[in-house]
Amino acid sequence: MSVAAVRVRRSLEAATVPYPMILGVLGAAVVVSVVVATGIGPVRIAAGEVTSILLHHLGGGGDTAANADLIVWRLRFPRVLLGAVVGAGLALAGAVVQSVVRNPVADPYLLGLSSGASVGAVAVITTGVSALGAMTLPVAAFAGAAAAMAVVLLLARHRGRLLPLRLILVGVTCGHLLGGVTSFMLARAENSSAQQQIIFWLLGALSGANWSVLGAPSAVVVAGCFWLLLRARRLNVLVLGDEASAGLGVNASRLRLELLLVTTLLVGTVVAVSGGIGFVGLIVAHLARMLVGADHRRMLPVTALLGALFLVWADVAARMLITPTELPIGILTAFIGVPFFLLVMHARGLAAEGSP
Amino acid sequence: MTLNVERVSVALGGTTVLGQVSMTVPDGGFTALLGPNGSGKSTLLRTVYRARRPDSGRVLVDGTDIWAMPAAWAARRTGVLAQEHHSGFEFTVTETVTMGRTPHLKGLDRLSRKDHDVVGQALEQTGLTRFATRRVGELSGGERQRVLLARALAQQPRMLVLDEPTNHLDVRHQLEILELVRGLGVTVVAALHGLDLAARYADTVVVLQEGRIVADGSPSTVLTGDLVRDVFEVAAIVDKADDGLLRVTTRPLRSGRVR
Repeated sequence: MSVAAVRVRRSLEAATVPYPMILGVLGAAVVVSVVVATGIGPVRIAAGEVTSILLHHLGGGGDTAANADLIVWRLRFPRVLLGAVVGAGLALAGAVVQSVVRNPVADPYLLGLSSGASVGAVAVITTGVSALGAMTLPVAAFAGAAAAMAVVLLLARHRGRLLPLRLILVGVTCGHLLGGVTSFMLARAENSSAQQQIIFWLLGALSGANWSVLGAPSAVVVAGCFWLLLRARRLNVLVLGDEASAGLGVNASRLRLELLLVTTLLVGTVVAVSGGIGFVGLIVAHLARMLVGADHRRMLPVTALLGALFLVWADVAARMLITPTELPIGILTAFIGVPFFLLVMHARGLAAEGSP
Repeated sequence: MTLNVERVSVALGGTTVLGQVSMTVPDGGFTALLGPNGSGKSTLLRTVYRARRPDSGRVLVDGTDIWAMPAAWAARRTGVLAQEHHSGFEFTVTETVTMGRTPHLKGLDRLSRKDHDVVGQALEQTGLTRFATRRVGELSGGERQRVLLARALAQQPRMLVLDEPTNHLDVRHQLEILELVRGLGVTVVAALHGLDLAARYADTVVVLQEGRIVADGSPSTVLTGDLVRDVFEVAAIVDKADDGLLRVTTRPLRSGRVR
């Protein structure tokens, strides 16, 4: 290998901390956080006992007390896992949308996904329809998100092309229209219990977690993450713009369409079970970029792990801050996330022109 | 690699930008596109690097219609230095140049030793080795332009398409970049503003005016005082410089303010 090539390899790996170590530390932090967070609640359960209960259920044996077992396995563990999955999914989707529209203040909801989901969910809550049993609300929310994205894509498409500015304009406009519909239904809601339910849904909550709602989002987030990694190189190219993409053999409009369909799947399934949790999708990708740079091959896995970590702890705060009542998690993501983000940004001296 | 543009037409919003344009660039040849702003140079180049599909006509490289092939197929053969609104400032120089390997890589492929070699060579050729770990956003306009050229070189193209490659460059780097490109031995199609640069580096010049080719041939036959006056609306004296190369001196047709 030539001297120049060695230099290239070094400069690609020039991060102060080796990348595999960052990935390892974050992965371990997620596992530890899930165990510790499962132990936290009105009934405190030591991390050691949580571990043995989890190992017992995962096939490792060991004796567990029936009461603690119920709390850990039935109630808290699925919820903490859902937090991790939702956090990872929203953070990934945020990173993708920021690159698709080449705008650092974009988030997964920019293109009307959450507004569409909200219309579906709120319609179910206000009308009391329950055609699909417990799954009625998630299915309606997903359908709302998918329909909103379909409309946005159709309207934004112009002469076979899908360009960032048009996407943003159409997405934001449709989002406002759908927001109006939601507000209308909220104002017209018959009773205050329905209104309370709606507000909780709009701000997001993981209180609906149980084993049955965990499957779909987990599968979609894991598959989505892998799919995105396969396209990470082309995502890098997309950030350079349409002309550069053409020259490098990447059809920017088609890649945008594919990425937005996957984003819809990710955000749709996640929002369907957790409501419109804000802020995760906006900020986590930026933290990942500050940590490992802008190359999607490096930042996407870090984004997913950071998103999981962040939401697990935001949910602990949502459960514990004003016990015995619970706060919508969207309030906590803003309260914890904004100061934390500003602190990190200040420490790292993020240039204003920095991100895509 | 030989480039054949066959009767390519492009219309934008009902206006003809290119009308039945045909040209041939032989393997290893250097063709300069000349013409005033809005004459269709960039649009013609865009049809060659697959950024704009011609409304009619074909673009062939070595006899194959590039618009009938996958985008990556074309990008493995043709490298592009286009007029980009600079973005992707957060990437490092090496990351950006490495993106030139994209058409040669699939999904999860790791960079091979060869990929590293190619990127290292591209950085060296463009004098960017010492900037390797810097972010593109920290560089000057001229350095960024060299990053884009290095990225194109990392594609290992057999043809280079250059749209105003000397933009943002100081005089020394203008000459250096064209010397470098000329020395690569690949086929080159370049839109140039500088008539002198075209005369010095191109084998063939193609002059565009309002989307049509009005003259083509060797610089010495095409670049005459009459043609320059008709197409560019400036007065020109064309003579031979000390080194035997064509020299084009221009001045306004009428002195005074810009109208």
